[in-house]
Amino acid sequence: MKYYAEVKISLKKGMLNPEAATIQRALSLLEYQVENTKTIQIIKFSLTGENEKNIHEEVDEMCQRLLCNPVIHNYEIKITPQLKDE
Amino acid sequence: MKVGIIRFPGSNCDRDVFHALELAGGQPSYIWWNQRNLSDFEAIVIPGGFSYGDYVRAGAIAAITPIIDGVKEIVKEEKPVLGICNGAQILAEVGLVPGVFTTNSNAKFICKWTELKVKTKRTPFTSMYQQNEVIKMPIAHAEGRYYNDEMEKLQDQDQIVLAFASENPNGSLEAVTGVCNENGLVCAIMPHPERASERILGSVDGLKFFKGMLKKL
Repeated sequence: MKYYAEVKISLKKGMLNPEAATIQRALSLLEYQVENTKTIQIIKFSLTGENEKNIHEEVDEMCQRLLCNPVIHNYEIKITPQLKDE
Repeated sequence: MKVGIIRFPGSNCDRDVFHALELAGGQPSYIWWNQRNLSDFEAIVIPGGFSYGDYVRAGAIAAITPIIDGVKEIVKEEKPVLGICNGAQILAEVGLVPGVFTTNSNAKFICKWTELKVKTKRTPFTSMYQQNEVIKMPIAHAEGRYYNDEMEKLQDQDQIVLAFASENPNGSLEAVTGVCNENGLVCAIMPHPERASERILGSVDGLKFFKGMLKKL
């Protein structure tokens, strides 16, 4: 069975986000006044496995070993089955 | 005194480190990232650069290459390991030193001379300095802001090696820019001692990092 995996990586609460701060300042240059700007990284891929639970475990392992740094990141995993005609 | 310099695709301070190690009296040689056996070496230096284009996070991909198994063996054998700049980011990603080096607070690449305070002399690399001695070495990085959620532990265990002495250019927590593991033999520093190892470069303050390492061998 094939699945789509989506990993959403964000900085932990309270962590400085220089990229978001720069974007917010740039928006204000265009005279848009916004607050609480955040940037979130999304990594997507598809993979084959027995069931959703196994896939979730495997992707969680990928997050811990490479995709995220547990000192500064939170992550969310979304797994959806890939339909045959996709 | 054979010292191995690890090269990854994107390493770019390897030859500078080679030169500085020779000046300090060592016998450096290069090792490619796909090696696993480092038992020929008495010490290892991971030089600066942009390994694997800094993709994912600076140092994250180098941290999962085969040579890291060899580095872990060297650590087990209690031989010294020094990570400079990208090498420091790699050691932090592997978890051989605590914390992370992440995006500078101003989100810019900063390349400049800095004044640094030597916070401990218990590591081989800092053994030839005085405690709290202020030295001059350059930094050159975009991801060098040190962060650790256990700063107190770091202080209690004397694991802070270098801190910015005047200005804190990248926003590091408590101005820390060099840390070591518990026994002090694995050291990760963002400033470049190899770029401060000859008078013509503007400072010789960094040479003692390599001399100290060789002296302990």
